[in-house]
Amino acid sequence: MEAAIGAQKRVLFEHIDDPNLHNIDRAIELGAYKAWAKVLKEIKREDLVQLVKDSGLRGRGGAGFPTGLKWSFVPQNSPKPKYLCCNADESEPGTCKDRVLMENDPHNVIEGVLIAARAIDCHIAFFYIRGEYDLSMRRIEKAISDAYARGFLGKNILGSGYDLELVLHRGGGAYICGEETALLSSLEGEKGLSRIKPPFPAVSGLYACPTVVNNVETLANLPRIVMRGAQWYAAMGTPKSTGTRIFSVSGHVKKPGNYELELGTPLRTLIYDFAGGILDDKKLKAVIPGGSSVPVLLPDQLDTPLDFESVQAAGSMLGSGAVIVMHEETCMVWVAELLAHFYMHESCGKCTPCRQGTGWLYEIVHRIEHGQGKPEDLATLEDLAHNIEGNTICALGDASAVPVLTTLRHFKDEYVHHIEHKTCKVKSNFRLRS
Amino acid sequence: MILSQDTKLKISQAGTRYPKIRSAILPALHLAYEEHGFLNDQMYEQIAEVLGVKFIEVAEAASFYTMFPKAPRGRYLIQVCRNISCALMGSHHLTQYLLTKFGVKLGETTKDGLFTVVEVECLGSCCSAPMMQVNEKYFENLTQAKVDQLIAEWKAAK
Repeated sequence: MEAAIGAQKRVLFEHIDDPNLHNIDRAIELGAYKAWAKVLKEIKREDLVQLVKDSGLRGRGGAGFPTGLKWSFVPQNSPKPKYLCCNADESEPGTCKDRVLMENDPHNVIEGVLIAARAIDCHIAFFYIRGEYDLSMRRIEKAISDAYARGFLGKNILGSGYDLELVLHRGGGAYICGEETALLSSLEGEKGLSRIKPPFPAVSGLYACPTVVNNVETLANLPRIVMRGAQWYAAMGTPKSTGTRIFSVSGHVKKPGNYELELGTPLRTLIYDFAGGILDDKKLKAVIPGGSSVPVLLPDQLDTPLDFESVQAAGSMLGSGAVIVMHEETCMVWVAELLAHFYMHESCGKCTPCRQGTGWLYEIVHRIEHGQGKPEDLATLEDLAHNIEGNTICALGDASAVPVLTTLRHFKDEYVHHIEHKTCKVKSNFRLRS
Repeated sequence: MILSQDTKLKISQAGTRYPKIRSAILPALHLAYEEHGFLNDQMYEQIAEVLGVKFIEVAEAASFYTMFPKAPRGRYLIQVCRNISCALMGSHHLTQYLLTKFGVKLGETTKDGLFTVVEVECLGSCCSAPMMQVNEKYFENLTQAKVDQLIAEWKAAK
């Protein structure tokens, strides 16, 4: 992957340019596994949970839930084994940050898994990795094998008396398995269907045992927090959104890439200073700030700080930190059609509103995009989307409604033009470059 | 299709890594796919036998995941990402270019058995769009010239 990295706030990307970082010797030279040794020798489990709570670290997978708090929900008096699952099933359109970490700095990710496992007193952890990520998988597989060989995994780790096994588990190509309960179903050998919450995984997760599911980027932060302290971490970002974030910028920008910035950095700075501005110097039309399942922001919202609260206040979500940029020649009905197809394809089929509704949404938007729309279609789309929202077990149903509702809200004129004139007023035609 | 003894042994070993053996179904499907390039009922039966689970448990898991084709594909399975970041950078034209070049429709295999072109949803290479996955490998920041060069190399390797 060609990750464009300029003058950023490098925490996770501190050594990312080192071509040998994936080798354990080089990783150790640069400090890998020091935090793990410190956790085992110097930090009590309860203090580790408190340290992460104090850092303010919030999950980087999409929901932004406080990591230390999530850990603290695991009942320590349960007679059942506790499990940790690293969610490396990155599949949200626009998102490609975890892949960079796994390919280039796998030992840092593994070290984060070990620390989180210790925090919940887990002795078997799972690394659920996206099936298509071949290079990531090979790098993580080698990193796990080398970590065992050096005594960072296995029995009586570093003489501490603590045992931990780490199992790499390859997914089969299903977006829904990035949703934590679907991930657990998949890991149990079943179809990746999401489950009703409560009970939450922290109480009844994998094999009905207490389980924590944490995202790759979330876990990658842990070694630094252990070594440099909660206050150091909390001093970055904003009071409620601490630390840095890897933003994947794609679409119509001059320098697409993964950029690590402090949370709270304005969207304008990310797009224009780091990603080089709009491709071919065209006008910006819309930005999806957190992966395909969040509402678009408009050009007059470019000064929105990229932190959880500010993006929410602007009417969208920070989500997975994937920023998708679209310029003036983008037809928003076409965008809605693309994303409606995605959610139709990826619905697990468990909930009727999602199973039936996503296909119906796609059918109508497809018809409109291809000049066969009817005036009543717009009301049907809104009604349909609202009837999927909030009526499904997991967030995929809500996500499927977002592209349709957000484009209808901001670009209704384009839908109307399609229906009235049987053609597109913008006509997206992004050719393959020669 | 018969799974080799080596594959069966690996499937059996995979079963020992999990607290519950059913968790080894997905690893087993990957192992069978790696050996034959597709999956069918006969393979599900053998996986079920090795793991000591039911045929239907294997079959229903296999049916859910997109990574396991149920019929042979070309030697080079070209999967073009059709999702938003790639689409904004011309992936639909990339697909059409490949189909025209090979004279096939989506999902068809060329007569020489070399190439099958399919469209897939986001492959997590959004900052390097447009991209395609060919067998296990990602090819990113594609242009027409790059695609032409790759196809020439694959044909020469025939």
